[in-house]
Amino acid sequence: MHIERLVAMANDIAAFFDSEPDKAVAAEGVRFHITRFWDPRMRREIVAHLQSGGAGLCETAKSAVAQLTNSPNQSK
Amino acid sequence: MHAQGYHDHGTPAPAGETSAGKVTLEIDGVSVTVPAGTSIMRAAAIAGGDIPTLCATDTLKAFGSCRVCLVEIEGRKGFPASCTTEVAAGMKVRTASESVQKLRRNVLELYVSEHPMGSCPGSSRCELESLAAAHGIGESRFAGAATSREFATPKPVDVSNPYFRFDNDLCIVCSRCVRACEDTQGTFALTIEGRGLESRVSASQQQPFLESECVSCGACVEACPTGALLEKSVITAGLPQKAIPTTCAYCGVGCSLVAEVTDGAVTRMVPNRAGRANQGHACVKGRFAYGYATHADRVTRPMIRKRITDEWREVSWEEAFAYAASEFKRIQAAHGKDSIGGITSSRCTNEETFLVQKLVRAAFGTNNVDTCARVCHSPTGYGLKHTLGESAGTQEFVSVQHADVIVVIGASPTEAHPVFASQMKRRLRAGARLIVIDPRAIALVKSPHIEADYHLRLLPGTNVAVINAMAHVVVTEGLTQEQYIADRCEAASYEKWKKFVADPANSPEAMQQITGVPAELIRGAARLYAQGPNSAIYYGLGVTEHSQGTTMVMGIANLAMATGNLGREGVGVSPLRGQNNVQGSCDMGSFPHEFSGYRHVSDDATRALFESMWKVQLGSEPGLRIPNMFEAALDGSFRGLYIQGEDFAQSDPNTAHVTAALSAMECIVIQDIFHNETAKFAHVFLPGSSFLEKDGTFTNAERRISRVRKVMEPLAGLADWEVTMRLSNALGYPMSYGHPSQIMDEIAALTPTFTGVNYEKLDRLGSIQWPCNDQAPQGTPTMHVGSFVRGKGKFYVTAYVPTNERTSSRYPLLLTTGRVLTQYNVGAQTRRTANLAWHSEDRLELHPHDAEARGIEHGDWVGVTSRAGDTVLRVEITERVAPGVVYTTFHFPESGANLITTENSDWATNCPEYKVTAVQVVKVAQPAAWQMRRQAKQPSTMG
Repeated sequence: MHIERLVAMANDIAAFFDSEPDKAVAAEGVRFHITRFWDPRMRREIVAHLQSGGAGLCETAKSAVAQLTNSPNQSK
Repeated sequence: MHAQGYHDHGTPAPAGETSAGKVTLEIDGVSVTVPAGTSIMRAAAIAGGDIPTLCATDTLKAFGSCRVCLVEIEGRKGFPASCTTEVAAGMKVRTASESVQKLRRNVLELYVSEHPMGSCPGSSRCELESLAAAHGIGESRFAGAATSREFATPKPVDVSNPYFRFDNDLCIVCSRCVRACEDTQGTFALTIEGRGLESRVSASQQQPFLESECVSCGACVEACPTGALLEKSVITAGLPQKAIPTTCAYCGVGCSLVAEVTDGAVTRMVPNRAGRANQGHACVKGRFAYGYATHADRVTRPMIRKRITDEWREVSWEEAFAYAASEFKRIQAAHGKDSIGGITSSRCTNEETFLVQKLVRAAFGTNNVDTCARVCHSPTGYGLKHTLGESAGTQEFVSVQHADVIVVIGASPTEAHPVFASQMKRRLRAGARLIVIDPRAIALVKSPHIEADYHLRLLPGTNVAVINAMAHVVVTEGLTQEQYIADRCEAASYEKWKKFVADPANSPEAMQQITGVPAELIRGAARLYAQGPNSAIYYGLGVTEHSQGTTMVMGIANLAMATGNLGREGVGVSPLRGQNNVQGSCDMGSFPHEFSGYRHVSDDATRALFESMWKVQLGSEPGLRIPNMFEAALDGSFRGLYIQGEDFAQSDPNTAHVTAALSAMECIVIQDIFHNETAKFAHVFLPGSSFLEKDGTFTNAERRISRVRKVMEPLAGLADWEVTMRLSNALGYPMSYGHPSQIMDEIAALTPTFTGVNYEKLDRLGSIQWPCNDQAPQGTPTMHVGSFVRGKGKFYVTAYVPTNERTSSRYPLLLTTGRVLTQYNVGAQTRRTANLAWHSEDRLELHPHDAEARGIEHGDWVGVTSRAGDTVLRVEITERVAPGVVYTTFHFPESGANLITTENSDWATNCPEYKVTAVQVVKVAQPAAWQMRRQAKQPSTMG
């Protein structure tokens, strides 16, 4: 997939959760959303993108992607 | 002429009919007990003895003009009209005494003098001629008298409307049509003009119906007691042989209709007066525009081709299924099981939708299933589920009759949900207040006898800023319902939200620079909404189709919870669903992350339930959404797609991107009733069936499940559910349903909100609003009564985040999109009907100031360019749009409206941001070359 599109999607999700003052809670919101709604290949690609520097990802999205697991029903 | 077999009670039931306040009287020696306030005419009908009438019908308030229904009442003087006289305890009524009959015959004779016996076509079932015959009147003693109508100025028959004609010579000036236009439809297009013999029904200013304000809802035609207003199809086809109740396949109102059939063909569609959703009304689409079902363009033979550049080859069903199955298997063998997927259709039945997602999950072995609701109301599901606990509207339509304040956000009900709009207008005429939040001056803002108290004419893309500003007023001015919130909502979430919206940054004053709405208007609207006492919000795609669509839905739910406007009649949050079965397709598990009943695929218990029933292991990971499928197709990881009843290439944004993705796939199987834009990229074409050709159910915007009944045999031999079943069998996953009722039984067994639903109950009750289960065996008209479905309602902080789509010097205008009354969605159905008489092309609405600055005049061709693409449209200069905003519809593929919309989408659901696109508009000499080539290829699509 075009990584720019996935980055934009992750940042859009983060923009919603960024109203949360606790940044850890915001990142968890993004992580949980991505885990629940993104197909595994999308999750793999965004994780790989972060591992190669994560260009374009906002800070909240970076924190969220760093915590991604492969299980959609895991909520911290 | 009302539906065949309908028993007209003459006058409506009294308002607020209950078991209390009953009155017993005697009519022609028969004792009858009816609610207080009932007319004598209605009481007689209930007792089984209809009183003759010409001007009364039970959908309209009594008028008392024809004097045919007069009766004698013991102890009272004279002969009162039974339609306008209420029953009283102990009253003794004689409806056919000798003196009454003598008077009645005289009255009828006067009518017959202006309407000779035998004037009307037999198929009109003329009530006057029937009554006259029943009273032994063959001809009138008054015929030929100087007072006779034959001395009045003759008027030609008006045949301008494509569906009905008006023959003034057959009109008895009873005003039923005029009153239907006012009371039932609320358009006020008809009047009686002239005096005495020159009295005439007139459409607008004595204009032909087609050129008048008439919206062709047909209520006048149905109300007409003679053949004066009559469907052309009835004149041609004669009396129907049978009448079959079914459900409309157009918008999310889901009108109950009766299909009248002659020799296997529909000759007339009439609203079912027992229909709870439509209350006996219909619109120009549902009532008249059914001809597409038998249009010559229907595809009735399966077809296959190896490459999309090849010609189609007609094949047998068996060969088509075998080829599709082999291609899907080949792709999966080479690229993995997740390399293919399927799309369910919001135009198909619940049963068909359920089967498609079952096929994808069980036969394909993937969760790559999505639905066209992705591009319209997916934010509704997400937003309402998270805040209130259920992915659906909270009310039934009749609830609006109890609303004191009605808020319409991002919707134009008179265009897109016209039958509900008529109900809403009736309530507004009775005194409810109105707030419209829309960039455009929709018809409700100012129309006959209706004027919005507030029109918040916001800039496209600033919904969330407006709803937050309204919430700010509610919170800072102490207008919240604290006890309601304390009882029913999560305290912590409320405190967090309250602090957020109270921030001065969310005040109307701070937001007006962003929204373009004067602060005092937002303050006034917020106060009005909060103080209701019953305030109801109705919203459409102008809420959901934004980058913050989900946020806005949450913002609406926040506001409703904060003001206590949920959980009873007259209030609520009601999404107006675009297509007939958007609600149903979502309910049936069409989204890639959840099973029917909105349960996530990762939930082990739910998955185990399905696995046990379906005898197959199911995936626990969410699949791809439609836009993700396109992305995956372009990178080669997604190569096959089964599409039931959806036209991505016309309906989805950024057409160039969509068609590139479709072109990249190796096997697209499309199931549709017509060739469409997406079919150009398909390898297998499976002929679909229209709603007239199958059994099933639709679920409308109020969660109402209604039966669809087969009126004629499928033109291609198979109903859609049978096609999916055969494809599944070809893939090696057996399905063997004998009737859609069996599929519904499976849905009920697997879905907690449908446990109590079955065809026998649907037939018995007429319709059922889910949840329907042991807790609510008759269904649930109003949700969240007493408590929210999720337990405690949850407030979400809804910060306004501007869309990335901004105006610039290059693209200085904001384009937003919508619909018109006479066309539907991508137009596949309505473009193949005579509705083209009203709307034969999409136009661009442009404000006069913007037009003048560009040297553009009304009717000019204009080029519309965005960063995604460009197209050419004819322009309509109007103040319906504000300066800086342009608007168009997308009913015609040659308009290319989605060539210019972008890939921006809602953060939570990827619902496209159709409603905000930065564009430039310039005058051009002619349509684009591709548009002219396309039009040259297209014969007339009129059917």
